Amino acid sequence: MALFGSLSEKLNHIFSKLTNRGKLTELEVKNAMREIRIALLEADVNYMVVKKLITSISEKAVGERVLKSLTPGQQVIKIVNEELTELMGGTNSKLTIASKPPTIILMCGLQGAGKTTMCGKLAKYLTKQGKKPLLVACDIYRPAAINQLKVVGKSVNVEVYDEGTNKPAKTAVNALKYAEKKAYDVVIIDTAGRLHINEELMDELREIKKAVNPTEILLTVDSMTGQDAVTVADTFNKELDITGVILTKLDGDTRGGAALSIKDVTGKPIKFCGIGEKMDDLEPFHPDRMASRILDMGDVLTLIEKAQQNVDEELAKQQMKKLRENSFTFEDYLVQIEQMKKMGNIADILAMIPGASKLKLNAGAIDEKQIAKNKAIIQSMTKYERQNPDSIKSSQRKRIALGSGTSIQDVNALLKQFAQARDMMKQLSQNKRKGLFRMPF
Amino acid sequence: MGFFSKIFQGLKKTKDAIANKLNAIFVGELNDEFYEDLEYVLISSDIGASATEEIIEEVKKVAKKQKIKTSEDLNKALRQIMANMLTIDDEEIEYPTLISFVGVNGVGKTTAIGRIANKFKKDGKSVLMIAGDTFRAAASDQLTEWSLRSKSRIVKYTEGADPGAVVYDGIKSALAKKDDVVLVDTAGRLHNKSNLMEELKKIEKIINREWEYQHKNYLVIDATTGQNALSQVKMFNECVGIDGIVLTKLDGTAKGGIVFAIAKEFGIPVKYVGVGEGVDDIEDFNAEEFVNGII
Repeated sequence: MALFGSLSEKLNHIFSKLTNRGKLTELEVKNAMREIRIALLEADVNYMVVKKLITSISEKAVGERVLKSLTPGQQVIKIVNEELTELMGGTNSKLTIASKPPTIILMCGLQGAGKTTMCGKLAKYLTKQGKKPLLVACDIYRPAAINQLKVVGKSVNVEVYDEGTNKPAKTAVNALKYAEKKAYDVVIIDTAGRLHINEELMDELREIKKAVNPTEILLTVDSMTGQDAVTVADTFNKELDITGVILTKLDGDTRGGAALSIKDVTGKPIKFCGIGEKMDDLEPFHPDRMASRILDMGDVLTLIEKAQQNVDEELAKQQMKKLRENSFTFEDYLVQIEQMKKMGNIADILAMIPGASKLKLNAGAIDEKQIAKNKAIIQSMTKYERQNPDSIKSSQRKRIALGSGTSIQDVNALLKQFAQARDMMKQLSQNKRKGLFRMPF
Repeated sequence: MGFFSKIFQGLKKTKDAIANKLNAIFVGELNDEFYEDLEYVLISSDIGASATEEIIEEVKKVAKKQKIKTSEDLNKALRQIMANMLTIDDEEIEYPTLISFVGVNGVGKTTAIGRIANKFKKDGKSVLMIAGDTFRAAASDQLTEWSLRSKSRIVKYTEGADPGAVVYDGIKSALAKKDDVVLVDTAGRLHNKSNLMEELKKIEKIINREWEYQHKNYLVIDATTGQNALSQVKMFNECVGIDGIVLTKLDGTAKGGIVFAIAKEFGIPVKYVGVGEGVDDIEDFNAEEFVNGII
């Protein structure tokens, strides 16, 4: 979180005075652990989990050789990162599909965790995989909850089964019969949000579980949850023996330490995460990436994956070459905008870049509209102007502004930005040659 | 039933290991172990590392100054320090008043409005609700349900309508009918989505232009939220200016300690706390009682 600066920054500061690149000493590790402890607490990792982690990390770190390519600070973070990844289960855990359909998924969680929306996202995700899901409305308490599921169902083209305010367990059983008759192969049951300490409602969930014997019981948890995540997850797990967890609202700027606590206390894997408002915004959960996020190291892996999926590699190579040779033009910039667009929301992409919070590149500063504006401006330039930005004089600027429906100030701002960006690239590529520019690891 | 007894009842359900530990800490000498226990209690209620450190430093200072030797004697001083942190001067409500409720998704904005409307109604005020959440599926249906329960008026549009237009019409209606209280519901939005925050700014602009009386923006925060609440306050405050906090879902096991960090960083007072599922389950905030819920 921007308020506290990134952990790597702090650690690098601690270790900045150290020049030796031998082994990490006890004192160095102790100092580092203080910062790591605060960082983990500020990321909402549970107090007890932090305590446990710090002990095991300290043991591993003392005496560790500092790798040649890393600074001591980076070395410590690397150890912490590996430890966190391991704690969260190492690799991605997939949804279990029943050998004999239908697969029954029971969704549960606190109020406002995002269950109903998640039901829709899961339905869409499964549809894309060739499944035929049915949504079942079992939230009979919140005003208009059934209606909300119907709207969600409609938006993903999935049928919603409901029996009004009939008893949830009964509705679920009837829905199952209906699904079998209509050859639905996945049944997703939405339930009311409830407090884990509400005996009556927990009984209701147990009843549904008994009645339909779900393949998966997924606990939906808001990724912004604080220390209490442990209590909530532990109680739901003890009462229902959940099979997995879904983290929601990860498109916010939360570090999401709750993920770590939940895995630690329940031992159940986190299977998916919700990453946006659209019904497509669902991703399988990756422990290694979450670890980086908790430590505020960005999510380079997802970034790379997104890039690989969406970016033309040859084109990218060409552009990198141009950047290095400093022959980057507005035409290339336009191509880049198009490619970025394919990768999705720019703010989300930026959030994956390590140290982005350090650069204060928060999402507020990156405006999709601004980018659309820039695109319009570039499109109003002639081919010559695009290739030779320095040649654009004031009368041309006026024409470009008119043509793109923007102001001369907008055009000036873009030209200035472009010049700055080019200078920056020049510096970066020079640094690279000198070996000063290094990726985190 | 008072706020305290309700909170207490909520806590009682889970007076488990943690709760017992809370009572157990005020025993014996003031030593490192005591302070470590205290730190655990404070951090476990989401007060956050930095505000916790501040509280502990303050307690140590007071203990030294007043020559307090045992933790029993420190109990009162600690409660005082914590309550003071949450006591923030604030202006009284002047009718007619308009309150906008903003916040991230799923914190309980609509439910909070329903209950706050009910509270004003009980005080004999006329209330108008404006269904400014035109985004979430069936949000205005939900608010309509609350308007029926609290017997308030409501102005709403269809889903997907421009929230600014609903707010505009709502204000016109409130002015014509001379309502005492106008409560504006807004769509939940993550604070780092700049386009959604811009939309909120636009609504704020319309309110400022059309409504000349008292106008407050309350940020609704879920008590289970961790340190991210600070980022929420920061961004919403920068966007529209936040005058007060509504802390919801205190009937669970979460303690909502993040309001200490909010008070420390931003000096914004807590106005209401949500303590249950019923139509009456919202209360005015009381710092002493709140602290008693934590330690």
